[in-house]
Amino acid sequence: MAESPFKADIERVEKEYSEKMTVGATATIPGSSVINKTGSWRVFIPEFNRDKCTRCFLCYIYCPEPAIYLDEESYPVFDYDYCKGCGICANECPVDAITMVRETK
Amino acid sequence: MAVRKPPITTREYWAPGHAACAGCGCATALKLATKAFSEAMEERYGDPNAFAIAQATGCMEVVSAVFPYTAWKAPWLHVAFENAAAAASGVEAAWKKLGRKGKILAIGGDGGTADIGMQALSGMLERWHNVVYLMYDNEAYMNTGIQRSSSTPYGAWTTTSPPGKYSIGEDKPKKWVALIAAAHQIPYVATASIGNPFDFVRKMKKAAKVDGPAFVQVHCTCPTGWKSPLEKGVEIARLAIETGVWPLFEIENGDFHNIKIQSPGGGAKVKREGGRVVAIEFKKPIEEYLKLQGRFKHLFKRPEAIDQLREQIKAMWKVLGVEVTLPKPEE
Amino acid sequence: MPIRTVMKANEAAAWAAKLAKPKVIAAFPITPSTLVPEKISEFVANGELDAEFIKVESEHSAISACVGASAAGVRVFTATASQGLALMHEVLFIAAGMRLPIVMAIGNRSLSAPINIWNDWQDSISERDTGWLQFYAENNQEALDLILIAFKVAEDERVLLPAMVGFDAFILTHTVEPVEIPDQEVVDEFLGEYVPKHAYLDPTRPITQGALGFPAHYMEARYTVWEANENAKKVIDEVFAEFERKFGRKYQKVEEYRTDDAEVIFVTMGSLAGTVKEYVDHLREKGVKAGAAKLTVYRPFPTEEVRKLAKKAKVLAILEKNITFSVGGALFQDFSRALVNESEKPIILDFILGLGGRDVTFGNLDEVTGICQKALAGGKVDEVSWIGLRKEILE
Repeated sequence: MAESPFKADIERVEKEYSEKMTVGATATIPGSSVINKTGSWRVFIPEFNRDKCTRCFLCYIYCPEPAIYLDEESYPVFDYDYCKGCGICANECPVDAITMVRETK
Repeated sequence: MAVRKPPITTREYWAPGHAACAGCGCATALKLATKAFSEAMEERYGDPNAFAIAQATGCMEVVSAVFPYTAWKAPWLHVAFENAAAAASGVEAAWKKLGRKGKILAIGGDGGTADIGMQALSGMLERWHNVVYLMYDNEAYMNTGIQRSSSTPYGAWTTTSPPGKYSIGEDKPKKWVALIAAAHQIPYVATASIGNPFDFVRKMKKAAKVDGPAFVQVHCTCPTGWKSPLEKGVEIARLAIETGVWPLFEIENGDFHNIKIQSPGGGAKVKREGGRVVAIEFKKPIEEYLKLQGRFKHLFKRPEAIDQLREQIKAMWKVLGVEVTLPKPEE
Repeated sequence: MPIRTVMKANEAAAWAAKLAKPKVIAAFPITPSTLVPEKISEFVANGELDAEFIKVESEHSAISACVGASAAGVRVFTATASQGLALMHEVLFIAAGMRLPIVMAIGNRSLSAPINIWNDWQDSISERDTGWLQFYAENNQEALDLILIAFKVAEDERVLLPAMVGFDAFILTHTVEPVEIPDQEVVDEFLGEYVPKHAYLDPTRPITQGALGFPAHYMEARYTVWEANENAKKVIDEVFAEFERKFGRKYQKVEEYRTDDAEVIFVTMGSLAGTVKEYVDHLREKGVKAGAAKLTVYRPFPTEEVRKLAKKAKVLAILEKNITFSVGGALFQDFSRALVNESEKPIILDFILGLGGRDVTFGNLDEVTGICQKALAGGKVDEVSWIGLRKEILE
C-alpha cells in the first residue's frame, strides 16, 4: 500500500502538535498544516480509473494541495483527506482516467 | 511493470491542509517552484534542501502559515506586505556570513510586488543579491478581496475597477514587472505560467542556478478573482499562452535585443530569423481565453474594448521584438 | 588596552557596533545619524569589521533587511533618526513581536512638519508602544556603552527583544567629546557570540517565522512581549552590574544627583541631564534644595525606581523634549501612571522644552524653578507648560 509523502508529518503532528505559545509565535513543526483535513471542503470527488492511466503525471503535477501522490509503480494515489474537489486533475487528464462525481456522504 | 519516473522530484516542501481556495493556481505554482528549487540546489550544491524562503503578505502567505501550523517544509519567513525583497536581502546577507551554501527564494504576489513592493524589489535586484524573486501573478490584490493591481489586465472586473456606465473595468494596460526587472540587467528574468508547468520548472531551475538575482513572473489562475470554473484553472492559463495574452519569454543580462521567446503552442505559427522569433501568427482568438472568465464577461457587450486589448497585447509583443497577428473570432 | 580618544557620538556608535561584531548591517542615511553607517562602511571596507553592509534603498528596507538577517540567526545592527525611524514604524512592531534582538542607534531628531533636523526625542519616543527596549545617552561615552549593553540585554534569553539607543542630534551626534574605546577582548567576553535559540532559517531544522495569529492566539503572543519587557527590568540591572565590573563605568536605570534632601527634582533624559546637573549645582549654591534624576532606561519604564525617587521630592519637574498633543509629554504620562495609585505623591509638573533643537538655557530652567516654587507655595500653575516659547512670533 503506497504511503503518503506526508505520513511522517501526520504522525509527528499527532504526537507533538500544540497551541502552546512559542517565542516569536514561530510555527516549529514543518508541514503541520496536515492537521487540517481539507477533504471536508469537497462537493465533487475525483474517481480514478487506474486501467486507463498512462502515468503522464499531469494530475500529480497540477494538484494544488497536493492531494495526489505516487505509488511504488508511479501511479497516482488520491488522498481524500485533503482533496478539495477542484477537478483540475480530471479536466487535464489526457485519457479521461479521472471523473468528478458529486460526493454523497 | 517498468517503473516510470515522474518528471519532477517527489520531495515535498508544500504540505496539504493549507487554506488555499479549491483550484488555486498559485498553490500549484508554489508547490512546483519549491520542487524546482530543490532540484536546482541538489544539482548545484549537492543539497536538495539548501534554500530558505522570504515571503510577502498575501494569499499564499495567509493560507500557509497560521500559528501554530505551517504548510512549509523549508525555512520560511514572513515580515510584511511590501518588503519580501528587503527581508530576502537580509537573509541572503546572513547566509553569506554564516557560510551557508544555497539560494534564497523571495515570494510575493503581484499585490506585494508590482505596486507596494516595487521599491524593495528594485533595491534587491540593483544590489545584486543572490536571490530568486518569484512573483505569482493572479492579476489583482486577491487576498484583500480582488482589488486591481498594476498587473490587472485592461478590461478586467475587480472590486476597485468594476465596469459600469462610466467604466470599462480596469482602464489601464497591464504593467509587466518582468520588463522592469529586466531593465536592472540582472542575469535572468522570465515569464512563466501554470499553463506550461514544464517550462515553469525549467525556468525556476535556471533562475536558481544563476549567480546573482533572478526574477520569474508566473501566471496563476485565481478562480475566485477571475470568476472562472475551478476545474479549468490550468486550461485558462494555457489559453492565455496560446492566444498571445501571456507571452513566455526570457531576458538575460538585460539584453532586450535578444529576448528568448518560447513557442506558445495552440497552433500558432512561429517565424524565426537568425534563430530569433520575429513574428507569431496566433490561431486562437483571445476571446477563447476571455470567455471562460466572469471578470471579462462585460467585454463581450463592448467588442471595441476587446479590440483595444488586442492592440495592447500586440504592443507588448512589439517590446519583445515580435510582430504578432491576433485573430478575431470567426464570424 | 582601552583607547582614550575624542569623537562624536555617531563615531562612538559605529565603534560600539564594530566591537559588537554584528554579521549584517543594513542602513540608510539620514541626518543626523548618517555618519554611523558611513563609519561602519569604512570599517567593513578596511576589513576591520567582518560583516555584510547592505546599502538599502530606504529605512523601511533597512529594518526589513535587519529582520531578515536576525530571523536567519545572526547579530544585526542599524542606525537612523526622525523620518527614517517613522518610516520603519510597522516593522518595529514586527521585530518585537518576532522577538528579534536587533540593536539600533537613533540620533534623536524631531519629526516633521515642519521639517527640522535638530534635536528632540519625538522620533524614538513615538515608538514607545512597539515593545523595543529604549536607552538614552547623556554623552558620547554613554552612546558607545549603552549600545554594547543593549546587545547583551536584547540577546538574553529572558528578554529577546530589539533595542534602540538614543543620543541627541548635533548636541551629541556631531559634538566631539572624550570617549574611551573598550578593549575588543573584554567586549568579546562581555557579549559572547550570538547563538539564536528560536529564530533561525536553517534547512536542517526548518521553521516558519512570522505566521498569522488568529484571535485565539494573538493575545498570548503579545503577552509574551509584555513578559519579556518585565524580565528586561531585572536583566538590565544584571547587565549594568556586569558592565561596571568589566569596564569600570556604572549605569543605573534612574541616575540621581543630589536628590536626598531635594524639594524639587528635575527629571530628564539624554544630554539635557548634563545641563540640568550643572543647574542643580547653581541652585544649591543659592540655597535652593534642588536635585536631578536622569532616566537612562525609558523602556521598560523603571516604575519601581521612579516610585522610590518620588518619595524624596515635593515637586517632580519633568523636563522633556517631546509632546503628545492634548496630553503633555510622554514622560509625564508614564510618571503619572507610575504614581497615580500611590497614597502619597509629589506634585508632578510637565515642562515641554527644547523641541526642534531649541537650546535649553539656565534662563529657561529659572522659569521652570519659578513655576515649581509657586506650586510648592500652594499657587495654581499649569500642569503642562511650554518653556522658552517665542511668544512674540505667535499670534
